Amino acid sequence: MKELERPDTAALRTKYPDAFERPAAARLATPAMIAAALAVLIFGLHDLGFEPAKFIAGLHQLGWITLMMIPPDPGTSLPLYLRALGETLSIALLGTTLAATLALPVSLLAARNIVPPNIIRFPVRRFLDSIRGVDTLIWALVWINVVGLGPFAGVLAIMVSDFGALGKLFSEAIEAADKKQVEGIRASGGNALHEIRFGLMPQVLPVIAGQVLYFIESNTRSASIIGIVGAGGIGLQLAEQIRVLEWQKVSFLVLMILVAVAAIDFISGKLRFAIIGRRAVA
Amino acid sequence: MTIAVSILPEQRLAALNAAYRQAVARKRLRLFAGAMLSIAALILAAIGAEVNLRTLFTYFGNFVSYFDRILTLDSGQRVWTDPGEWLWGWYKWLKLLGETLLISYVGTLIGAVCAFGLNFFAAENTSPAPWLRFLVRRLLEFARTVPGIVFALIFVMAFGLGPMAGVLAIAIHSTGALGKLFAEIVENADMKPVEGVRSTGASWLSCMRFAVLPQVSAGYVSYALLRFEINVRESSVMGFVGAGGIGQELVVAIRKFYYSDVSAILLMIVVTIFIIDITTGWLRARLFGRDARS
Repeated sequence: MKELERPDTAALRTKYPDAFERPAAARLATPAMIAAALAVLIFGLHDLGFEPAKFIAGLHQLGWITLMMIPPDPGTSLPLYLRALGETLSIALLGTTLAATLALPVSLLAARNIVPPNIIRFPVRRFLDSIRGVDTLIWALVWINVVGLGPFAGVLAIMVSDFGALGKLFSEAIEAADKKQVEGIRASGGNALHEIRFGLMPQVLPVIAGQVLYFIESNTRSASIIGIVGAGGIGLQLAEQIRVLEWQKVSFLVLMILVAVAAIDFISGKLRFAIIGRRAVA
Repeated sequence: MTIAVSILPEQRLAALNAAYRQAVARKRLRLFAGAMLSIAALILAAIGAEVNLRTLFTYFGNFVSYFDRILTLDSGQRVWTDPGEWLWGWYKWLKLLGETLLISYVGTLIGAVCAFGLNFFAAENTSPAPWLRFLVRRLLEFARTVPGIVFALIFVMAFGLGPMAGVLAIAIHSTGALGKLFAEIVENADMKPVEGVRSTGASWLSCMRFAVLPQVSAGYVSYALLRFEINVRESSVMGFVGAGGIGQELVVAIRKFYYSDVSAILLMIVVTIFIIDITTGWLRARLFGRDARS
């Protein structure tokens, strides 16, 4: 067998010093970042009261809870739970639709290619951002103060918090639209409203429809928890059963949520692809 | 100059027109049926969610006046006229906000590490065995579909009140969400380096370490930062169920009608989230260029 030729390491070393001896700063950057991240982690664990004894005791307790969850059993309240699940789905569907309806006109104001002046766009965007910064649960609490306990407060909470998110997404979709169609409308003498209606909307609507469907999906999840603060739906049942330690019912409710989310996922996935074709939604 | 436009014979024109009308009519019918279906679904949903427009109109004034009230101090002045009085509890609130940030940081990091440990088993191209992939995928799916706050509720029962429950809830939820995203990055990775490393007789572990990891680590960090942003928002409500952070203080203020406190705490939360969003956005842009922002 032929021996491989030994490379001339010394010559290579002088030729490419960087490959053999990276500068200390470059070599130390990654370990330093990891060390810093770990330091904050350890500080956090200490500050948040993580003690091994407490943690192990909790795990032990958690093991018991898991054992008590098996088998999932609704007891006699199955009809009640089905109703609650229906309520949750209603909240998600209605809240998202209302949010989309409200967000569409506002998103036009936030899009650069519709409203060029920064003086309008900037406040609209910050407004949407601040709505988005407040969690759905907080909005639910606010609406409970206004319309009282119940699923209606949940609808309004989902509507407001999604208004912020959808407004931003819609305006991004509008900004990504092709300008040529709009110019065509303008060239044939259309006014600004015509431009939006015939030049922009046909391009943007399929994208928006996909996003709305995606939000209905993710809102099924949000709607299933806003009941925890009293805004209707299956979360109310869930929180109650956890508080009274009925673990078999808890696991049944969790299973119901999982199945419902999977079903909605499946349906809206089909619809989404039917509307936009086999393309990923941004 | 005139341009001659050839006009089709009458008969042919009629046939084409009829075909066109038929096509349009079919499309309109489909659209109409779709619209009717969705309207029916919405009406059903409105009944299911006990929507009551009368309540809304009667109480809509409340919504507006709620903001009026939370922007008014006990003395009847507007909050911004006396910031000292408005933000009287800023020291305590800042500490709680710090706790919220710490909860989401520790939770995201633990979640990212767990997701990192699991994602190679969940990705189609790197998983050592199909049954393992199936198992890990279902596990991740479970972890991300159950809402974080439900985990928090259960953990509060197991670990007692306090931030520990919040951290663990966020960690589990992040594991599920990040595990899926990480696995998708791995599935998009180039497999040629893996073949190269394997051809030298390396083990599975070395393949992952030397062929896959260098391609995917930047994407991992980018997604983990995005997750951190989301988790800050989520941990701000963990206190609602007793799992630590600013939420506890907020829920007390809302329930007990300490109006000006509500607006003060909300302001601090929103500003914190702004700062975090801007900082992580800047960090991601610096680390990975503008392309990685998706």
